[in-house]
Amino acid sequence: MEFLSYLISGISLGSVYAIIALGYTMVYGIAKMLNFAHGDVIMVGGYISFCATSYLELPAWLSLLLAMAVCTALGVVIEGLAYKPLRQATSLAVLITAIGVSYFLQNAALLIWGASPKGFAPIIPATNAQEEPNALQLFGGQVSISYISLLTMGACIVIMLALTFFTGQTKLGKAMRACSEDKGAAQLMGINVNRTISVTFAIGSALAAMAGVLLCSFTTSLMPTTGSMPGIKAFTAAVFGGIGSIPGAFLGGILLGIIESLAKAYISTQLANAILFAVLIIVLLVRPSGLLGKYVPEKV
Amino acid sequence: MAEKKQFQKGKMVPVPSVSIIPERDLGKTPILECSHLGINFGGLTAVNEFNITVGRTEIAGLIGPNGAGKTTVFNLLTKVYQPTRGTILLDGLDTHGKTPAQINRMGIARTFQNIRLFNSLSVEDNVKIGLHNQEKYSMFSGILRLPKYWRQEKAAHERALELLSIFDMQDLADHQAGSLPYGAQRRLEIVRALATNPSLLLLDEPAAGMNPSETAELMESIVKIRDTFQIAIMLIEHDMSLVMGICEGICVLNFGQIIAKGTAEEIQSNPTVIEAYLGKQQ
Repeated sequence: MEFLSYLISGISLGSVYAIIALGYTMVYGIAKMLNFAHGDVIMVGGYISFCATSYLELPAWLSLLLAMAVCTALGVVIEGLAYKPLRQATSLAVLITAIGVSYFLQNAALLIWGASPKGFAPIIPATNAQEEPNALQLFGGQVSISYISLLTMGACIVIMLALTFFTGQTKLGKAMRACSEDKGAAQLMGINVNRTISVTFAIGSALAAMAGVLLCSFTTSLMPTTGSMPGIKAFTAAVFGGIGSIPGAFLGGILLGIIESLAKAYISTQLANAILFAVLIIVLLVRPSGLLGKYVPEKV
Repeated sequence: MAEKKQFQKGKMVPVPSVSIIPERDLGKTPILECSHLGINFGGLTAVNEFNITVGRTEIAGLIGPNGAGKTTVFNLLTKVYQPTRGTILLDGLDTHGKTPAQINRMGIARTFQNIRLFNSLSVEDNVKIGLHNQEKYSMFSGILRLPKYWRQEKAAHERALELLSIFDMQDLADHQAGSLPYGAQRRLEIVRALATNPSLLLLDEPAAGMNPSETAELMESIVKIRDTFQIAIMLIEHDMSLVMGICEGICVLNFGQIIAKGTAEEIQSNPTVIEAYLGKQQ
């Protein structure tokens, strides 16, 4: 029973990683760039939701929508100002710009909201008005799954399926895949490549905002550096599952969450992250393109 | 010098070229008019004084030795490169400052010398990407699968199969584009280009790597495409049987300059052309 509850908490943490990883993988798949500022968009999403609930006293669901809207705009603006002018530049230049954007966002948050952690009220409170836990009780109360965990897992699955369908079956999704393969040819087929990349960033950032609100609901605290570690872990998850692959990001995220949770429970809390990255290294040694990534041999 | 002044003022008069427009297209706005078109790469003049007029339903050929600048002309027409000088009128409209995507929407579609299909996508999806511009539904009706989405996707599916049937490729619709044999990939590129509903189709070496019987089939298909869609086709090709067989107007390029224009017979007997291909007679 103990194992089962660790597993469930791992899956719900993994679902958050998966939502972030889906954003990473979408942007990498289409724009072929690693958006290291993705983790910090999560943090901005958290702060927007925090401000909306504590200053404007908006209901939780509205604060989530507001955070997603603001981050969508933020993602498009970042892409337009920082990455678009570098479309023809080497990928290294874009990578360094992304690191710069990441630091910019962190320090801007530091200026606006200060360094001290803010208490974040979960979007579904841990207990209801009658002081009963907001959780699903299984096996006569031996295992409980909080509603926020259920919401996170549900949201993650819905997002994964929606994105798979969107990229596979709709015209904009197909335009994205065309851009991912050959931007030049896509352009000559009448696809507006810049707009397609903007939309990708918009989707990725909206997902980051949602992940931010869910993440803060678990940790119940918020700092300007909140996004960095989950951002790196989600990036790891995306690579783990095969970067560029949507089901891969989902699988990678969930597995990473489970490994982290079990490592914390049975081995060592301090070593959890080290174990996590060690597993990544082993997987990449065996499968260089990740679990579900396609291995494309170089033609000589 | 006088000509240079004209460029600076931005006023350019199309140069009356030796008309090789077929008779049926005379009196209509030509689909393509290039005047004084040129591009420099650094100090190198890749194409210069490229003047050409293509009729609405003409099959035009662009030939020349390797490195003559033929593909560069295609890249200029599709704005992959922005011309250094000169104008391109498409159906009488100036294409100055347009992006490649806008050019495609204005009516120029092309294929590539080295095939550039979307290899991991299915054959049908490759064609549907070409149909992309004619589909009008929002992202939300796409995600929510509203009736509009179903209607338009169904129409696109049918249209894609119809276009694939030009080359009898409808049975290959579900195959992955990258797994097709070479000849089929070349044909798929033509279908994908046609899907964007062009009025001018540019084919860059469509017969490259094909055997004589495949080339003969391709020639028939090109004429059939022109007749069915009533569009102009301009092609770059090294296979002279194809060029001389179906092109109504031929333009010969050497070192970025047009050295001859005319019909197949005129080109074949033109001493400058023979010299460019075979060298000077001793």
